[in-house]
Order: sequence, then C-alpha cells, then structure tokens
Amino acid sequence: MTDARATGSLTQHARLFEAGAHVVAAAFVGGAPMLALADGAVLIGEPEDQKRVDVHPGAAILTAISDGKMLLTGGDDGRVVAIQADGAPQEIADEKGRWIDALAMRGKAYAWSAGKQVRARDETGTVKTWSAPSTARGLAFQPKGYRLAATHYNGATLWFPKVEGVPQTLEWKGAHLDAAFSPDGRFLVTSMQENALHGWRLADSRNMRMTGYPAKTRSLSWSHDGQWLATSGADAAVVWPFKDKDGPMGKAPRECGVREARVTRVAFHPKALVVATGYADGVILLCRLADAAEIPVRDPGGGPVSALSWDATGARLLFGLETGAAGVLNLPA
Amino acid sequence: MTTSHEPEKIPVTVLTGYLGAGKTTLLNRILSEPHGKRYAVVVNEFGEIGIDNELIVGADEEVFEMNNGCICCTVRGDLIRIIEGLMKRKGRFDAIIVETTGLADPAPVAQTFFVDEDVREAARLDAVVTVADAKWLAQRLRDAPEAKNQIAFADVIIINKTDLVSAAELREVEARIRAINPYAALHRAKKCDVPIADVLERRAFDLDRILDIEPDFLVAGDHDHDHEHDDGHHHHGLKHYHDEDMQSVAIRLEGDVDPAKFMPWINRVTQEQGLNILRCKGIVAMKGDPKRFVFQGVHMMLDGDSQREWKPDEKRESKVVFIGRDLAEEDIRNGFLACAA
Repeated sequence: MTDARATGSLTQHARLFEAGAHVVAAAFVGGAPMLALADGAVLIGEPEDQKRVDVHPGAAILTAISDGKMLLTGGDDGRVVAIQADGAPQEIADEKGRWIDALAMRGKAYAWSAGKQVRARDETGTVKTWSAPSTARGLAFQPKGYRLAATHYNGATLWFPKVEGVPQTLEWKGAHLDAAFSPDGRFLVTSMQENALHGWRLADSRNMRMTGYPAKTRSLSWSHDGQWLATSGADAAVVWPFKDKDGPMGKAPRECGVREARVTRVAFHPKALVVATGYADGVILLCRLADAAEIPVRDPGGGPVSALSWDATGARLLFGLETGAAGVLNLPA
Repeated sequence: MTTSHEPEKIPVTVLTGYLGAGKTTLLNRILSEPHGKRYAVVVNEFGEIGIDNELIVGADEEVFEMNNGCICCTVRGDLIRIIEGLMKRKGRFDAIIVETTGLADPAPVAQTFFVDEDVREAARLDAVVTVADAKWLAQRLRDAPEAKNQIAFADVIIINKTDLVSAAELREVEARIRAINPYAALHRAKKCDVPIADVLERRAFDLDRILDIEPDFLVAGDHDHDHEHDDGHHHHGLKHYHDEDMQSVAIRLEGDVDPAKFMPWINRVTQEQGLNILRCKGIVAMKGDPKRFVFQGVHMMLDGDSQREWKPDEKRESKVVFIGRDLAEEDIRNGFLACAA
C-alpha cells in the first residue's frame, strides 16, 4: 500500500517470530518482551532467546495485564498468576475452575473477577470480596486511592475494598465491558456491548456517550499526557479528546490510520502522541496524531492483531496476532 | 460442502426442555458416547454432569436487553463472554452445546447468535433441541408458557420417557406438539436414547427435510424409523389439534423469487410481526442466483446466506416457514407469493 502521507516504513526493523498460540496480551516486563498465550503459556525474552513458562498448565489464559514490573494472567483454570521479569510465576488466587474474566493491578495491589465475584487483594495480601449485580467484565483501579471500578450490566460500580458500606454505582443502561480511568482520575470510560463507549465524569457523575462504532471497542489506550483516549472498533483508530473539563462532550474524535480494515488493538506511545494501531488483517501502523502521518510496522496477513505493547521508553513495540504470529519492533535511533 | 470462503464456524446446539424432561440425561449421553467429537459444554449447574470434561463451563443465564430500540432484542450476556473465551481454545473442540435452564425462554440464547457480531463470526446456531417429557408435556403446555415456547422454538424435539405412557397417550402428546410446531424433527426416546447424529450437526439436513414435509402430512404422526412402539401405522385415530395461540405458516412458491421484492418483504414482516414470530426459516431460489439462499430468524433477528448451488435435477422453488403467536397468516402468505420473480 502506498500512501502519500506515509513517511517510510519500519517493517524492516521488526523481527518476526512465531509465538505458537493466540497471543492474548503483550508486555515488556523489566525490559524483557513477554507474550501471554491462549495455550496457557507465557513466552519470555528476545526472539532468539525465548523461554516458555507453562503458567496455566492445560488451560487457557483469558486475560493478562502488566505494569512493566510484572505480568498478571487470569486463566480458565480459575487461577490468577503474577510473573516476574525472571519468569518465576507466583499464584495470586485460585477460584477453583471459575473463569477469570477481568484483572486490574496497581503496585502490589491486585483485583480479579470470576463471574459476579470481584476480589481485591491489597499490598499486605488481605483479600476482600464484592458481589456485582451481574458478571463483572472489566476492572480498573482508580489512579489514586485504593478504589476499584467494576463494570457490569447497566453500569459500573466504584468500590473501596477497605471500606464497609454500599459502593457507589454509576448507572447507564446496557452491558458494560472494559473499564479505564483517565490518568488524572477525572473520568471513567467503559466499552459497551452496543458498539459504543460510555464515560462518567466522576466529580458529578455526568454521562458521556461516545458512539458511531461499527464494532465493539475492546482496546482502550490513554496518551502519555492523559489528554487523548485511543480506541479500537472502527476502520481507524478513534481518538477522543479529554483535555477539557467536559472531556469529549460535544467534540468530534480524531481518526487516524483510516483503512478498509477493522482496528482491533491500539497502544499510545509512552512519550509521544503516536498510536500503534493493529488491524483485523494483521497490519500494524504507527499513526501520528498531529498530522495523521502513518508508518507501516507490519504487512497484511496472518489474522487479527490481538496484542500491542510499547516498552517504558517507547523504543520498542511488541505485538502478537490471534494466529500466533508475533514480532518486536526496535525503533531506529 | 459449503461454498463459503469464511473459516468454518463452530456449530452450536442449544438444549432446552422443561424441568425434569431429561436434558442432563441427554447431555451425559452425548458426552459419554464414543463419537470421536470433542464438545465444549455450557451448563447452568455444575455437578449434574457425570462426565469429566475439561471444557464444561458454568453459565449464569444473564439475559441482557440490547440498547438498540428493539424491544424483543435480548441476548445472553454470559454466553457472549463464554464464547469469546472458548475461541481462545479454538482447535481443542469441534462443537459447542449450550444447556438452558428448564424455565428459560430460548429466544435470548438463540438471538445471541444473530445479534452479537463477534459471536456470529465465530459460531453458528446449528439447532435448538428440545427434550419433552412424554407424560407431563401436555399438562405443561397448558400451565407453563416456557414449555410451549421451547416446543415452538425447536428444530429437533425428543419425546422422552415414552416407556412411561401408553400408545394412545404418546399419540396425544405428539399431536399436541405438532399443533404448535409441525416442522421440528421428532424423535421418541426412553432415557434420551436417540442416536447422537439425530441431535447434533443438523444444519442443512434438517432445513431441507423440514421444508419438504407438508404440515398436514406431519400431523398424522411421526415418520421416523424408530418405531418400536405398537402402532405400526400412523394414519388412523390421530387427532388434529389446533393450539389456541401458537400457529405455523408454511408457504411454497414454484420457481424463482425476486430478491428486490423478497428482501424488503422479509425484513418488513419480521419487523412488524417480530414480537409474535418465534422462529422463521426458509430456502429461497433467488432469480439469477445459481445458489440457494437459506435464512433463519428469531423474532426480529434474521440471518441469511448463500448456500450450495442448486443441483441440475433439483426443482427451483422457494419454501418458508413461520412459527409464532397470532400470526397474520393471510398477510404473510400473500406477501410471500407476491415476491415471485
């Protein structure tokens, strides 16, 4: 594909490899590439020196997240496991075969959900349980304070695990899936079953509707400055402005990386306003928000991109596909 | 077999039946038989299944209304999540079986396969299989609307526990079933001892078979081969019931249908009468199309696809069936016949 706006290609700088199974999540942990795989394993290390750690033997990893220091995996064996940079797995929880649907972490505090059961484990290892009104599909820790958001049918609930009493529920009709707080903690955004995003301004619980997606949004990524939210679910990365006090209310989103293929994953660069955008046809582009310039990272083929992650400095991008194709891009200095 | 370029979708069998009819017995049979297939099974109650299977998933039957302005549009939220999870194990199972609770309305589970794009891409509804209790069904049809819905929705009905009723009682219950749903494949069983092939992987086979049978003919009884019962002949002494509120309409049209007329018509009928239509299905000969157009629907939801080519010796004709409550039969019939090319 040639594009007048394209400023060259980075495909030569991406080292491709085969992960061996559907890539559920990608992360750099302590600088080392890690891929969480649907066959229950985590693949750790550089393409030429990888080791597989069987974190969920005989099971599938359904969800995985990372803060750069640790990878947290949830499996259909009901287990939540933390993997350090050296690959040592530590079991955090065992829900006895009940699927782990969602995870959240902040520092040494973890949260997970299995069906309606939402559990939070603080730094000291104390576990508290809250029962959601319906299956909790998404979890997110508020940036400050030990407070967890859990999405469910007809809304999301903000829960202080250490505080007794009734948690605050933010209501909005419909089934809410993934959850993300803005980095400044002002907004909570959820993706919905109805191909839309919903947001709440937490100061006054004001509702924000973000609609127009042809498919479900299952990937959300905040810019480093917290002013933009990149989302999947359209034939472009849809990027909503959150700079103003009203967030995206009354504003149109930016679109970048417009192609005739559905965006499946997005990942904002940790230092620049550049979105790594993965598509259903296997293409990965870097898109610059300022001028919508595009740089190809991966050529078409091999199925939908299912995982994208930058390292902490923004020098490397790790990616994986549903078919098990994977790669790591080293940006030229 | 299929001419579709899409990757093969995972077939899903939905198992319904009123409390105590024998769903779990059937499920245990399916899982324990040496058929060489691997099933992922979605159940409501863990522990009832006596077979070890790593792919048994507990469900919560969470019925969600979609915010899309369609009042009958409900889906099973838990099922969407479970199928998304199961797709991560793709290649480790051949088909999915979803067991519903005895009091469940089959509509949300069936609609899930029409409404959710991700589910639709990954899986297809193969058949709704309803297990009916030979002894108690007639009474349930009177006092439990769920039981009637389950019969109306079915592609396959297993009349179970036939050893507990007399030949006359059995004919009575079959006639009651046929009054509601003349098109489902009907099987008699004791302890759900039906051949697994009659229950799973039905798709095109059933549609062809169902639509080839005249409803009046069917009312005369079951024409399956497993007649170990007494009657031997099916045509005498059978009652022809009309259910008070559930009907079916079957229409056949010789020759081709004009897609420019048919598509707006089927959309309009299902929009206008979707609340009352429980199921619809059909095979349509579209003018100028060498392939058969096959569709099925649940309430207002429709799903259609070009299927295999018409065979050279096959008569090009179109057949549609609607099952529902208080259907405007004449309106539907005339509307479809007006779609002739």
